[in-house]
Amino acid sequence: MEYLLQPWPWYISGPLIALIMFTLLYFGRTFGMSSNLRTLCAIGGAGKKVSFFKFDWKAQRWNLIVVLGAIIGGFIAQHLLSNPTDIKLNQQTITDLTALGFKDIGKTLLPAELFSWENVFTIKGMLILIIGGFLVGFGTRYAGGCTSGHAITGLSSLQLPSLIAVIGFFIGGLIMIHLIYPILF
Amino acid sequence: MSKYIKFFIVGIVFGIILVKSEAVSWYRIFEMFKFQSFHMYGIMGSAVTTGILLLLISKKLKIKTIDDQYIKVPKKATGFKRYIIGGSIFGLGWALAGACPGPMYILVGTGVFSILIVIAAAILGTYSYGVLKDKLPH
Repeated sequence: MEYLLQPWPWYISGPLIALIMFTLLYFGRTFGMSSNLRTLCAIGGAGKKVSFFKFDWKAQRWNLIVVLGAIIGGFIAQHLLSNPTDIKLNQQTITDLTALGFKDIGKTLLPAELFSWENVFTIKGMLILIIGGFLVGFGTRYAGGCTSGHAITGLSSLQLPSLIAVIGFFIGGLIMIHLIYPILF
Repeated sequence: MSKYIKFFIVGIVFGIILVKSEAVSWYRIFEMFKFQSFHMYGIMGSAVTTGILLLLISKKLKIKTIDDQYIKVPKKATGFKRYIIGGSIFGLGWALAGACPGPMYILVGTGVFSILIVIAAAILGTYSYGVLKDKLPH
């Protein structure tokens, strides 16, 4: 039990994620979290205006159920399966974030500097979340998948398009953290 | 309803793994893009290695799905531009908000409700792609 309550090491978590992917394949489905964003657009009636959303979203209900489970799983892990511990970040990461003006680094899953309501309701804070979310939603559909669809499923099945997409993920991420973050904070 | 229960359970386990591995943490994503920790690379590397092995084994043993089909991953369309451009756009957002689509939902469960703004914006982003799709290079 004590083991369960601590953060799980990468060599346990990674293979378990692969098992999730494999279980869904065994159920005749494919692991892909970002498809749900498209499904949600279709449920909202986007298919009437844009043909990209004109598809049988009811066939995607199983994936929304996975999302529902994931939300519950997040609750269980956070509230029932965790001893309060700081995230063991690299000392250099903490130094770098301190230099950018971050406080209480690693004490919670997400930094208050971006996700506390106090900061969300500033123009900068709101723009960061909206632009960040927008780019994720736009980019993932453009690239035809996200971390689950490309980085895990696509790479596991040795698909070149997924490797290109993952290289893209890193190009974007590195530009953001190394070039844009120092301007933002 | 009963046919959905298995997906619900898969989702719960997925959510727990991603929180317990700290992969849902903005800090871990920041650290990853700074190349200051092996943690996220370890998660992804061991996930992909295990995934490759599982797919190879299932092919060798001719394991079938519950619908009696051979296990097969759908092929992604060939192309370059959409993957490199779309991927880079995704990466910019992933690093900015610190969350990709799976963790976004999971974080709602951990009680960070401001992530709902990110989710709403992601839905809008996907909608915008749908609108612009035919005008974009693929």
